[in-house]
Amino acid sequence: MDARRRNNVTVIGCEDAPTVLLAHGFGCDQNLWRLVVPDLSKRFRIVLFDHVGSGRSDVAAWSPQRYTTLDGYAEDVLEICAELDLRDVVLVGHSVSAMIAVLAANREPERFAKLVLLTPSPCYLDDGDYRGGFTRADIDELLDSLESNYLGWSAAMAPVIAGNPDRPEVAGELEAAFCRTDPAIARVFARTTFLSDNRADLADVTVRTAVLQCSSDAIAPREVGQFVHDRIEGSVLVTLDAIGHCPQLSAPEQTAAAIAEFAGAR
Amino acid sequence: METTFSALLEDSAEDLYENAPCGYLSTLMDGTIAKINATLLGWLGHERAELLGRRRFADLLPVGDRIYHETHFAPMLRMHGEIGGIALELVRADGTRMAVLVSSTVKTSANGTAQLIRTTIFDAGDRRAYEHELLRARQEAEQERDRVQLLASTLQRTLLPPSLPDVPGMDVAAYYHPASADEVGGDFYDLFPLTGDTWAFFLGDVSGKGAEAAVVTSLTRYTLRAAAVQEPGPASVLKRLNTALLKDQHGATPRFCTAIQGLLEPAGDGAKVTLASGGHPPALVIRHNGAAELLDTRGGQLIGALPDARFVEVELRLRPGDTLLLYSDGLTEARTHGRVRYDEEDLRDWANTLDVGSATETVAAVSRLLDSFGDGVDDDTALLALSVRLLGDERP
Repeated sequence: MDARRRNNVTVIGCEDAPTVLLAHGFGCDQNLWRLVVPDLSKRFRIVLFDHVGSGRSDVAAWSPQRYTTLDGYAEDVLEICAELDLRDVVLVGHSVSAMIAVLAANREPERFAKLVLLTPSPCYLDDGDYRGGFTRADIDELLDSLESNYLGWSAAMAPVIAGNPDRPEVAGELEAAFCRTDPAIARVFARTTFLSDNRADLADVTVRTAVLQCSSDAIAPREVGQFVHDRIEGSVLVTLDAIGHCPQLSAPEQTAAAIAEFAGAR
Repeated sequence: METTFSALLEDSAEDLYENAPCGYLSTLMDGTIAKINATLLGWLGHERAELLGRRRFADLLPVGDRIYHETHFAPMLRMHGEIGGIALELVRADGTRMAVLVSSTVKTSANGTAQLIRTTIFDAGDRRAYEHELLRARQEAEQERDRVQLLASTLQRTLLPPSLPDVPGMDVAAYYHPASADEVGGDFYDLFPLTGDTWAFFLGDVSGKGAEAAVVTSLTRYTLRAAAVQEPGPASVLKRLNTALLKDQHGATPRFCTAIQGLLEPAGDGAKVTLASGGHPPALVIRHNGAAELLDTRGGQLIGALPDARFVEVELRLRPGDTLLLYSDGLTEARTHGRVRYDEEDLRDWANTLDVGSATETVAAVSRLLDSFGDGVDDDTALLALSVRLLGDERP
């Protein structure tokens, strides 16, 4: 197994500085971190990767068995850490990767120094008193929406996504391929993302955790961020003055500063 | 004429904006609606004052599309500064929905700061209905394809032994690589006990693919097994098959195959092997010291083509550490990376460089070789290997 290739791992920044591992969420790839990386790489060693099925990961490594639960993704994170021999890692998980980070840290707490959960939600569906924000019908609608917008996707797209870093002439196409995923894989990832319930895993977190939420986020509302903060003992909650689900794009300086402050603190 | 034309050109920019045949919307970077044209307001059934400064673009979307907006649309727009042709729905004031195609660009100031998002919205009702049909047709086609693949793989399994039997003192291994998941391949192999401690085996390739080939494969396997039990000499087994295939030529497609039939008898610390070939690529033997040679069975004729087909027999001794490899032409006719066809001599030369001591290792090495050809392997490939265990190697 070659996790470096499978997950298209990139390492940049200061070689001897603490390691910050950035995990992207559903819908995108490691490019999503592009605006926060310049700031963070001044102080940290940054490890970026694409989840299998996203970006320029090895699509051939994708299987429905491994990737219909978030555990499969968490295992990938641990394999990346093991293969690169990363220690005292500050693991930053955005969106669904926040729960992937929780699962990874619960499995091998000794591997991680800190967790940063960026716009996390442990459960997107409403359940009794819990307000995740969505109903099952909403999620089915999302799956339809994904499907309609992948209509133009074809097998012709696949070689571009699989990519060849040695061929600069496809760089433009790769740019265009950002956020593009094989529709069959995207569908499974969407289901896995929005139908998982990891509320019970929060209490098991022993790694020092910061919850970073946005002041207005349609996907992970503030009460959900509060819920995560309440369930993880000793966690800190930071509310970024940012709108939307991707503060690393809408408020990159603020997001980078919040990550750096927590990651750099003793 | 002149006057009408210039009157038309005086069409005011404002009228053009408000009553354009598409919806226009400008929002702040956080999505707050700052400007909207009359066309879009008409479509939505909202008053301007209800929306300006109060609602965000995403608020106009149903929840599923709102998630799509947050996870795909907005990030892509931020990254690229533009996004086009996204299929979404808008929720009208009365709760009904409208299918639209949306394109947005980010307007930046002279110093590059993003200022606002400009969005155009096209009514896509008819087009979306048509796309919906296309989508359904594609889903049906995918399901159909899955069924065909399941059928092909199930049929394929019935044509190959589920596992190879244990042969005392020997290591045996096989591999089958179908060129296509949609069709049953034409390659086959088997290994089975005869009386006493003798064993028979074969590997071959019938003409064609698919259902027609599966019929021939089934007949061929059955005939080879039955004939070997009655009269184990490999050449006479192939003769029986030749007769059976010739008798069966009643369809439009001629039915023939190539095959190597083998007989394995224990001899001293090794085994005696008798092989007969009918038009099949030569078997390869890899000696315990690493030397590889092709077993000359030239002159053996295609099976099922001629009434008096001749088959060529060879005999060899396998000693501890020796491996015999049978293969089909999917391997030796594969196109390598240089796009030239791999051939038998290439296979022999490659085998000479191998450091393997058993059938299992040999089959693993050849399957890796096949993988390295990637899409250069355009035919099915079957492998069957037998090796005599080294003394003291009692592994089951």
